[in-house]
Amino acid sequence: MLTYTIRRFLLALLTIWAISVLAFAIIQLPPGDYVTAYIAQLASSGVDVTPEFAENLRQQYGLDSPIWVQYLKWMEQISRGNFGRSLEWRAPVLDMIGDRLWLTMAVSVSAVLFTWGLALPIGIYSAVRQYSIADYIFTFIGFIGLAVPSFLLALILLYLGFRYFDANIGGLFSPEYQLADWSLGKVWDLIKHLPLPAIILGMAGTAQLIRIMRANLLDELRKPYVITARAKGMSEFRLILKYPVRAALNPFVSTLGYLFPFIISGSIIVALVLSLPTIGPLLLRSLVAQDIFLAGTIVLFLGIMTVFGTFISDILLMWVDPRIRFERRE
Amino acid sequence: MTQAKPPVKRSAFDSQFDPAPSTTAAEERVSVATQWQLMWWRFRKHRLAMISGIVIAAFYLVAIGADFLAYADPHKTEAFRSLIAPQPIHFFDEGRFSPHVFGLVGKRDPRTFKRVYEPDPEQKIPLRLFAEGYEYKFLGLFKTNRHLIGVDGGLAEEAIFLLGTDQLGRDLWSRMMIACRLSLTIGLAGVTLSLVLGVLLGGISGLYGGAIDTLIQRVIEILRSIPTIPLWMGLAAAMPRDWGVVQVYFAITVILSLIGWTDLARVVRGRFLALREEDFVLAAELAGVSQMRIILRHMVPSFLSHIIAATTLALPNMIISETALSFLGLGLRPPAVSWGVLLQDAQNIQTVAISPWLLSAALPVIVVILAFNFLGDGLRDAADPYG
Repeated sequence: MLTYTIRRFLLALLTIWAISVLAFAIIQLPPGDYVTAYIAQLASSGVDVTPEFAENLRQQYGLDSPIWVQYLKWMEQISRGNFGRSLEWRAPVLDMIGDRLWLTMAVSVSAVLFTWGLALPIGIYSAVRQYSIADYIFTFIGFIGLAVPSFLLALILLYLGFRYFDANIGGLFSPEYQLADWSLGKVWDLIKHLPLPAIILGMAGTAQLIRIMRANLLDELRKPYVITARAKGMSEFRLILKYPVRAALNPFVSTLGYLFPFIISGSIIVALVLSLPTIGPLLLRSLVAQDIFLAGTIVLFLGIMTVFGTFISDILLMWVDPRIRFERRE
Repeated sequence: MTQAKPPVKRSAFDSQFDPAPSTTAAEERVSVATQWQLMWWRFRKHRLAMISGIVIAAFYLVAIGADFLAYADPHKTEAFRSLIAPQPIHFFDEGRFSPHVFGLVGKRDPRTFKRVYEPDPEQKIPLRLFAEGYEYKFLGLFKTNRHLIGVDGGLAEEAIFLLGTDQLGRDLWSRMMIACRLSLTIGLAGVTLSLVLGVLLGGISGLYGGAIDTLIQRVIEILRSIPTIPLWMGLAAAMPRDWGVVQVYFAITVILSLIGWTDLARVVRGRFLALREEDFVLAAELAGVSQMRIILRHMVPSFLSHIIAATTLALPNMIISETALSFLGLGLRPPAVSWGVLLQDAQNIQTVAISPWLLSAALPVIVVILAFNFLGDGLRDAADPYG
């Protein structure tokens, strides 16, 4: 069990390293650098820029050294807790990201909770009452959830809300709390706004999990031990929840590892549609402006968050599934 | 799985023969049927998958004949026709069959000063089939200007607005037809590339095992735990702004397959591992068949069907990804027309609230994804006809 945890942990570290390299590489790919973009911006507003000025800027930001040196410098700064400054906003990257990162996490975690909270009971119900009307309805909704990409769902819901309820359902805060400092009222306001993005983000995952849960449980319910338990007069409720559900849960948990990256991914683009004050819109903007430290830090943080979520789900899986707990390496 | 199940039972056979001899006749047919025949029979039972297959075929036909089905030049902008609402075709005129559309009268809304268009029932513009319109190259082979519908002696651009127009006055129906091409083929291209990568790396992984297998599996695990959209956004933003449509198209394909191959590699590896233990592979080995021949002649045919199913299931993800990237403005860019590019106009909720028809490109996206999912499900069930 300990070996398993350690192995997972090492893999997680390796993944984070790979993400940091990828994040840095992506940001270095576009032709030109921030200074080119900045100078173009200055030139368009009528300011004359001398080549010496550009060279100075490059040196100041360390843009003139080779890429791998820049990467090492970046990593060194990060290890000291300095994530650099946003070139575009002229503010420390951490200040830019701060709240947005927490909000992204709040949205993603609530989407995962929503997915689980809904998929589990519906999956069990659909399996136990197979071919009932409710089963068909859930299956149908599930397929729709699977087929409608989350950002389209967000667009459609936004339109419907606008059209028929005359309400803007985007955002995470009511106008009066938008710029306010954190308080109990603001947190409550956030909680009130969370369900919609959570539903939109969790829809596809929920649909998938319902189908997995239903199929697994159907397989379990046909096994002889269920019949034996029923013949012995065990109450139907306990009979289903005690063993078959637990056995059917294994593949269910193992998909959580992929659910998390999926939801974080989706949250980026849904945030743009719903204008959520999360990290998505900032990432898009920083990528377009080639704001390297900001974009790099965001991709890195998103990656770390995902790896962390996956790691937790691995540990959960180990706890649920004894076969993994006592796994021997072949 | 229960044992001793009759391989295939089919109502089509029962109705053809008497009950008693029918089973033997059916059984005989089943026992001599090839693997592909068995798969086809099983696939046919999956009605939803059959329908989905037809829907998908129809979509690809639309992609081929897009210019013929369009009636207005998809790239021609006209400020006077900005944001016209969809106008229906009226099929009957005073009880007589004569398809026509009403002429539109542009007015200024006295309160909002917005330009609005109202149909004028007095002004009837007759439609005709196979009318002349803008010139295009059919299948890229020969020039023609025939379109499915059009207006006699006039410009279709000025009369027909099946799905309305966008901000620049371009006809949405025509653009949606053309968009089928890029949206449907970019998925195919992406899936082909992932298939090559997946079969190659998955095959190596399953065949050799050991350290290579571990390495490839770790790489897959790492790739899969990276959130894809930020990664794609980064890569897409890195594309030079001055690239042409074709270059961007291929770049997007490569970006999409970067993650896409991992799923296929897993399927291939799993099949390889399972088949390596099979008796017929051992028999072939003992008979002295070369390894290459065992793989190509004996192993590949028995998991080809699984790969086809996995490929079909990978396609909708590609289409969603392309749509999402283009929607963000990081994927295909105008003048290229894809569903994602069309949906870019619908990014602003104020615009959508006033002109909801801009959202209509969402419909084909949803239908195609649903159809591919059903088809893939059916294929997966049929892939193992002996199960």
